[in-house]
Amino acid sequence: MIEVDRLTVEFDETRAVDAVSFRVEKGEAFGIVGESGSGKSTVLRALSGLNQHWSGGMVIDGEEQSQHRTRAFHRHLQMVFQDPYASLHPRHTVDRALAEPLRVHGVGDREPRILRALREVGLGPEHRFRYPHQLSGGQRQRVAIARALILEPRVLLLDEPSSSLDVSVQAEILNLLQRLRRERTLTYVLVSHNLAVVAHLCSRVAVMNAGRFVEELDVAALRARRTQHPYTAQLLRASEGYDRAAAAALVTFD
Amino acid sequence: MTGPLLEIADLRVAFRSARGISEAVRGVGFTMGREKLGIVGESGSGKSLTGRSVLRLLPPGAMLSARRLAFDGIDLLGAAPSAMRELRGRRIAMVMQDPKFSLNPVMTVGHQIAEAYLAHKRASAAEARDKALAMLEAVRIRDPQRVYGLYPHEVSGGMGQRAMIAMMLAPDPDLLIADEPTSALDVTVQMQVLAILDDLVSERGMGLIFISHDLRLVASFCDRVLVMYGGRVVETVDARRLGEARHPYTRGLLACLPTLEGGEGELATLQRDPAWLTAP
Amino acid sequence: MSEAAAPREWRAWLTAEAPSSRLHARSVRAYATARIFLRNPLALAGLALVVALLAIAAAAPLLAHGDPVAQDLARRLKPPSAAFWFGTDELGRDIYTRILYGARITLGIVSLVVVIVAPIGLLVGCVAGYLGGIADVVLMRVTDVFLAFPRLILALAFVAALGPGIENAVIAISLTAWPPYARIARAETIVLRDSDFISAARLLGASPGRIVLLHVMPLCLSSMIVRVTLDMAGIILTAAGLGFLGLGAQPPSPEWGAMISAGRKFILDQWWVAAFPGLAICLVSLGFNLLGDGLRDVLDPKQR
Repeated sequence: MIEVDRLTVEFDETRAVDAVSFRVEKGEAFGIVGESGSGKSTVLRALSGLNQHWSGGMVIDGEEQSQHRTRAFHRHLQMVFQDPYASLHPRHTVDRALAEPLRVHGVGDREPRILRALREVGLGPEHRFRYPHQLSGGQRQRVAIARALILEPRVLLLDEPSSSLDVSVQAEILNLLQRLRRERTLTYVLVSHNLAVVAHLCSRVAVMNAGRFVEELDVAALRARRTQHPYTAQLLRASEGYDRAAAAALVTFD
Repeated sequence: MTGPLLEIADLRVAFRSARGISEAVRGVGFTMGREKLGIVGESGSGKSLTGRSVLRLLPPGAMLSARRLAFDGIDLLGAAPSAMRELRGRRIAMVMQDPKFSLNPVMTVGHQIAEAYLAHKRASAAEARDKALAMLEAVRIRDPQRVYGLYPHEVSGGMGQRAMIAMMLAPDPDLLIADEPTSALDVTVQMQVLAILDDLVSERGMGLIFISHDLRLVASFCDRVLVMYGGRVVETVDARRLGEARHPYTRGLLACLPTLEGGEGELATLQRDPAWLTAP
Repeated sequence: MSEAAAPREWRAWLTAEAPSSRLHARSVRAYATARIFLRNPLALAGLALVVALLAIAAAAPLLAHGDPVAQDLARRLKPPSAAFWFGTDELGRDIYTRILYGARITLGIVSLVVVIVAPIGLLVGCVAGYLGGIADVVLMRVTDVFLAFPRLILALAFVAALGPGIENAVIAISLTAWPPYARIARAETIVLRDSDFISAARLLGASPGRIVLLHVMPLCLSSMIVRVTLDMAGIILTAAGLGFLGLGAQPPSPEWGAMISAGRKFILDQWWVAAFPGLAICLVSLGFNLLGDGLRDVLDPKQR
């Protein structure tokens, strides 16, 4: 479904993304794990067309992509952002936010679609005319997911979808994302700094550091701690909670 | 030193809003000695306000009351503003989440640390500078001379947070309140900063209140953990025995975290019981 | 249905947690905003003054004591009395009546200017801020050109070219009043441009025009409204200044600035000829300023 070949994104003089290549099969969930500044979000932005200053090869759903995307492209690929409060227009009600994609693409029978979208993410008609500031973090993220899915895309890009949420809400959102992927056979590309989240949702993971993929592995291997690159091993150790000895052994890479 | 470092009983923080008075902290009480105490809760649990109440640094419009609020035997509730100013920084210090917002952007890092020192101890400018350099070394910054002259926007998040810790520990306080000190940092940097905190707190025999939303992290770092929900402490648990926690909220919180070991099955979700808001 | 039940039902409808339609949602939001606004006594005072201006302008014929341009040289320069509440001017005209009718002229000038200036400034600023690049540079340089003109100088130039009169005064003021709005709108747009919800809109495939009109502009409206209200005082004073110089409304039109100008000669002995129009200008400017401050407190996003 997605084939990326030597994707490179340069900001001023630094390479935020340096010759990254990967494949994602249809219906698969692919995770990119890395710390801040690793370039993982930039990869998503380049894939989605938000960032147009990239070079390399990109094939999505069999079609070669250029820097500029067509409107039709956006029906097939959508994105969920990290901060649910920032990703909803503060002056638009939930109804308006969900109707907007339908309006832009000229899709009719908006009313049933909106109601169905709300139901699918676990919200009800009582949420329909609320403003974002009247919703909780979890509810806002559900609206963001509903908005992303209302056009029935095939690919969903997820940029730290649960990082800004409370722990208990995180579980609900992750469950929701998992269920939706199975029900609709969606392809996910999930970016996160949290190994556990990525391991939960994805089948394959790429570990990113300083713009490069240092390692690509199956989640099963990750769980079994069968890692090859020392950076991955370090990331694993750091995710296990604080340990004085482990902390002493940490090395800064680049 | 006799007696507990901090004694809190029936702490309440309330705000007046259009809909009446709402209590954000509802009867929190605990004592602590020179140990690492963690306070864990989700947003809205009142954990940050509890930490700030000790320093009486609450937002305007907040109403604070308690049966007892004492630091090293000194009553904090009735203390005059000048007495509080003496305590703040010199004996009780606070580190907050994002150094981007807590460091003064127009002063160099080293200068800020020196200022913090001079605010509480009589010393010459040269002595303050030496102390600042020593503190930068204590937080394991490799080139203290160079970092001394950098501005906050020129240093990384981890380094900024370490500078913040240096600044707060320069006057040698007895109690450090850390409000999500590592939440804005990467995992590996988080570990390094925590190691520094661990060492400094042990070396100086300080008390540490570690406020966070990350239950596992707090349990692996602190000695005791207080779990807060809806403005109240629902459980106090020994960090090593976190698995034996009994309150359904704590157990629920632990159960719903995704782990590497857990499979791809559905995560347990927290079923909120309204009784948690009122039960003792 | 009892008398007390009806307002209670309205209140319940206006404070509903789960609105049932877009109109309902908007009404709930407007009600909440109005309640905050109404708690500010100074803002209420400003609102009262502005409403008074509107009411007076509307009801001038009803409240007046006759014809504003009717001269009677026998009773010129009479002091305030029971017959002539504000006295008479140098041509024997009733000042009170002239001030009432002058409110219409003031309101007319101010409304025209705002209606021309605010949309243009908003559009130019938002487009420049969102598109960036060459469009931004061109639009901002055009804005700079107009910003460089002092209002009165430009008005003088207009008068020299086209002759005096209210229409030309309005055009002259408008030409120099719009640039600040463009700048404010551009500054806000630049900040908004990078936010996630705009990225989300771009990801939907929305065209830049749609994004600017439906997503960006509504967010710039609050600061626009505040700025416009606060500017009203300045516009009124500029119009009065033009009238004072004889460039705005022409005699016998009862424009307040022109009245002050005419009263200059008599200011020491017959102070009322200039004082009352001056007081009127003061009160109206004050009203708009207070209202603008109140609106800013209510509409400022940081406070919500």
